[in-house]
Amino acid sequence: MMASDFGASGPTELTDLVAAAREGDRGAFDEIVRRTYVDTYTLAVRLTATEEDARDVVQEAYLRAWKGIRRFRGDAQFSTWMYRITANTAATLSGKRRRQRTVHLDEIADPVETEVALHPELATENTELMARLSAALDELPARLRALVVLKDVYGLSHEDIAQELGISVTAAKVRLHRGRKRLRDHLYEEVGRHADAV
Amino acid sequence: MPMQCEEIADLLPEVVDSSEPVALPVQRHVESCLRCQAELARYRRMLRGLQLLRTQYLEPTPGLLAATLANITAASERRAVTSALTKRRLAYAGAVAGAVAAAGTTTVAVILARAKRRAIAV
Repeated sequence: MMASDFGASGPTELTDLVAAAREGDRGAFDEIVRRTYVDTYTLAVRLTATEEDARDVVQEAYLRAWKGIRRFRGDAQFSTWMYRITANTAATLSGKRRRQRTVHLDEIADPVETEVALHPELATENTELMARLSAALDELPARLRALVVLKDVYGLSHEDIAQELGISVTAAKVRLHRGRKRLRDHLYEEVGRHADAV
Repeated sequence: MPMQCEEIADLLPEVVDSSEPVALPVQRHVESCLRCQAELARYRRMLRGLQLLRTQYLEPTPGLLAATLANITAASERRAVTSALTKRRLAYAGAVAGAVAAAGTTTVAVILARAKRRAIAV
């Protein structure tokens, strides 16, 4: 795990780079890639659940972004625009490949019963919860995982998600509902069975 | 008829983040049912955990940045070559079309001139 310098770059500076890139400044676009690729890679891993596929998604996503940067109107944040391209690219790739699952829920520990977001002193529990969530996300089918990741982790709207995945808003809501339910089942019922066995 | 916990459990994934309105009977049931309150708490914890994932970054595999930039460069070069070829083809096609048009115009003019001379001779 590492900190991204994307957030620390400052919105104005990134805005300037985006404006220059829209005018065809390749150097400015390269700098945008340097600052944002960790963020994009993280999303790609969460969507594809494999490092190899995530690499392909990142490369293709930035290629699409460079080709389409003139069409970026700037009425949304660049990061949101990049998330949408990444989601679309990952959806395209998942239609071509079968992912390999390597994480098993047997490794998941007991649930954390604390108010993790409100207490900074509970960093260990936060880390544990995130590790369990990451593993549980990997267990979801790709079409459900995409909805949970894009909506609940990255905060994209149902409309944006539906557009990038090529589905209706209703379908997006249904998949999110199913994804959350299955994630909850993975997190708590598997843990319950594991605890019973011990 | 009062709602059952199973019915509530099916609704919770949809209403946990308040993005969808909650019917009054659902709200009343949850307020009076410890089992459903516990279930709601699980969903809320899960959502908070998912939001925390947004602050966690994964370290890219080595060489990804260089490969990404090289990929863009290669695509840009291919695009430039294609564009140059397209321009050349367009220029060639334009020249051919011009020549054909000129030849056609000349032919038509000659035919018209002959027809005019024949008409005068008659």
